[in-house]
Amino acid sequence: MTSSHKPPALDVDRLIDDRRTRIIVCCGSGGVGKTTTAAAIGLRAAERGRHVVVLTVDPARRLAQSMGLSSLDNTPRLVPGIGPGRAGDNRGDDGGSLHAMMLDMKRTFDEIVEAHADPDRAAQILANPFYQSLSSSFAGTQEYMAMEKLGQLRRAQEWDLIIVDTPPSRSALDFLDAPQRLGRFLDGKLLRLLTAPAKFGGRAYMRVLNAGFGVVTGVLTKILGAQVLRDVQTFVAALDTMFGGFRERADYTYQLLRAPGTAFLVVAAPEPDALREASYFVERLARERMPLAGLLLNRVQRSPAARLSAARSQAAAETLQAAGSHPLAVTALRLHAERMQQVSAQRRLAEHFTAAHPIVPVAEIPAQPQDVHDLDGLRAIGQAFGG
Amino acid sequence: MRLHVVTGKGGTGKTTVAGALALALAAGGKRVLLMEMEGRQGIAQLFDVPPLPYEERKVAVAPSTMTGPGGDVYALVADPESALVEYLEMFYNLRHAGAALTKLGVMDFATTIAPGLRDVLLTGKAAEAVRRKTSGKSGGRVYDAVVMDAPPTGRIGRFLNVTSEVSGLARVGPIRGHADTVQNVIRSPDTAVHFVTVLEEMPVQEALDGIAELRSLAGGGIQVGGIIINMTRPLALPAGEVRAAADGALDEDELALGLKAAGLDDCRRLAGELAAELADDAKSALGQELQRARLDEPGQPCYDLPWISDGMDLGGLYRLAAALRDQGAA
Repeated sequence: MTSSHKPPALDVDRLIDDRRTRIIVCCGSGGVGKTTTAAAIGLRAAERGRHVVVLTVDPARRLAQSMGLSSLDNTPRLVPGIGPGRAGDNRGDDGGSLHAMMLDMKRTFDEIVEAHADPDRAAQILANPFYQSLSSSFAGTQEYMAMEKLGQLRRAQEWDLIIVDTPPSRSALDFLDAPQRLGRFLDGKLLRLLTAPAKFGGRAYMRVLNAGFGVVTGVLTKILGAQVLRDVQTFVAALDTMFGGFRERADYTYQLLRAPGTAFLVVAAPEPDALREASYFVERLARERMPLAGLLLNRVQRSPAARLSAARSQAAAETLQAAGSHPLAVTALRLHAERMQQVSAQRRLAEHFTAAHPIVPVAEIPAQPQDVHDLDGLRAIGQAFGG
Repeated sequence: MRLHVVTGKGGTGKTTVAGALALALAAGGKRVLLMEMEGRQGIAQLFDVPPLPYEERKVAVAPSTMTGPGGDVYALVADPESALVEYLEMFYNLRHAGAALTKLGVMDFATTIAPGLRDVLLTGKAAEAVRRKTSGKSGGRVYDAVVMDAPPTGRIGRFLNVTSEVSGLARVGPIRGHADTVQNVIRSPDTAVHFVTVLEEMPVQEALDGIAELRSLAGGGIQVGGIIINMTRPLALPAGEVRAAADGALDEDELALGLKAAGLDDCRRLAGELAAELADDAKSALGQELQRARLDEPGQPCYDLPWISDGMDLGGLYRLAAALRDQGAA
């Protein structure tokens, strides 16, 4: 029964070699190696001739260093040492390139404001305390700005493949919701209620407004205090001219994610929590009709001696132990038994996933005994999921 | 210690450790509340109970000890919307405001968009539980300890530093007042933040960065507690042989003889393969040793939790709780 369902194989090389693939979104829960995987895909694609930019949200310095950069910032930086043909398939002289950048959400937000408002108004917005909190908060802004940046990179036309590493949200689904939530807020009833008084101007506004509005502001004043409400109102009034822009951009990015040429890769580790999140994500993508390329199962334990089962290995270790001889073989057999147990536990988890999602293609990346420190480390990962 | 905040990088087993710590603290007749902050129902999975609401439910009985009978672990999932409704009810008697606010998008605004508010609402619930007294005349605390399964390390500084998060938003006013009360609980000497990690480079770096961040927060006063090293495994090889194994210098002839003596086939080839597995294991053991040394830098107590090889279940959770007690973490 266990081998009845083998998932279709996920062919990452075919995906990155296909020039029609323009955006790859890597998603998954935190701690599964998503950022490293995104970088490895980017490197492999570049060395197979694509012009790639990797957009990450993970501030891990080690990742930057493994790509030969001292740090990453909000501008794409060229990764040195990329060699065409180093990734198996020599594609001739049209060497690819790899850029990497890390999202600075406040900077990105500031740039939108500066681009959409006249200088006076922009200055007013940037100085507003509510804006400053909003633009540097994690709750939704990071997700929104990641999508915004993706739109910018796509419009720039400088790269033919963009790889996005999504924010480490509590749930991997957040990044799909957050832009809409922020968009809904910026475009919603609440905002119109809040902007209304500022348009009427001054403190007299309360009298001209209907009772329903009075109740809402009353409650908001109770919760937030009058000063907060004033800041929000000022902010919103200043932002008024930009609404069209915000909405358009949110729509544009959402459509971009559904367009042909976009592929989602769900990254997971063979652990119950990570695979549960991966399942939710697969279901959600299907509901939104977003193009799922497949599941990358990271850190999969393997054994070169899989023909020796855990039970036989354990029994052999016990035989030797009882005889009091060959301690090295006892250690090796015990370790092997443990590893085989882990192999089969992981296999079971992967099978559960495939039973629930039989049509989702899967590729595996074997566990690496050491952390990734340089381009060669990233290449090794690329080799594992590639051909 | 009355409020234990448990954080860690994703994938380090933060929720499991928070659960084990709650069990360990409840042992011997104590009453402990375990709070989940991010609505993934990880605690329900862990204790094998139905999904938890925003309401305290008993999820486990802690083991009895020499000093007292078994205690009780209660749990709840704190979500910002319910916390806001409760807050409105408690302070303003606005019981039915919730539905109207949701319709207008105020809920969205207050719980997910307005920066800091969400965190004040969540930490506020923990602060309330810590301070809650029984209604009887004795007036004792309802909970001996509260354990918070907090957001991951990358966000912990912001999450706990509520006052400054909110101060950008509210310099005065009721939310500010509430934030200040919460802050007093978080910065109290009875509160500690524990960091869960595994012995890999990235999680260790995040734990060190998180500790440094908490220490550098303006005003100080947020106490770092223990570093909990999760999923540790005993060395397969004797300590003296690890280096040689990692360098691939194991005696494969001897290994092959041993396999033959155990009655296995194809011993030459098998010896080579098993030696490769030992080398992998030795390499990762050396890497782990390096990471462990780095965890000494902050000078906080470290506690080891074993890897539960047969899959995490309730039995495993009790074993982890016992390990925490044995090492004096609870």
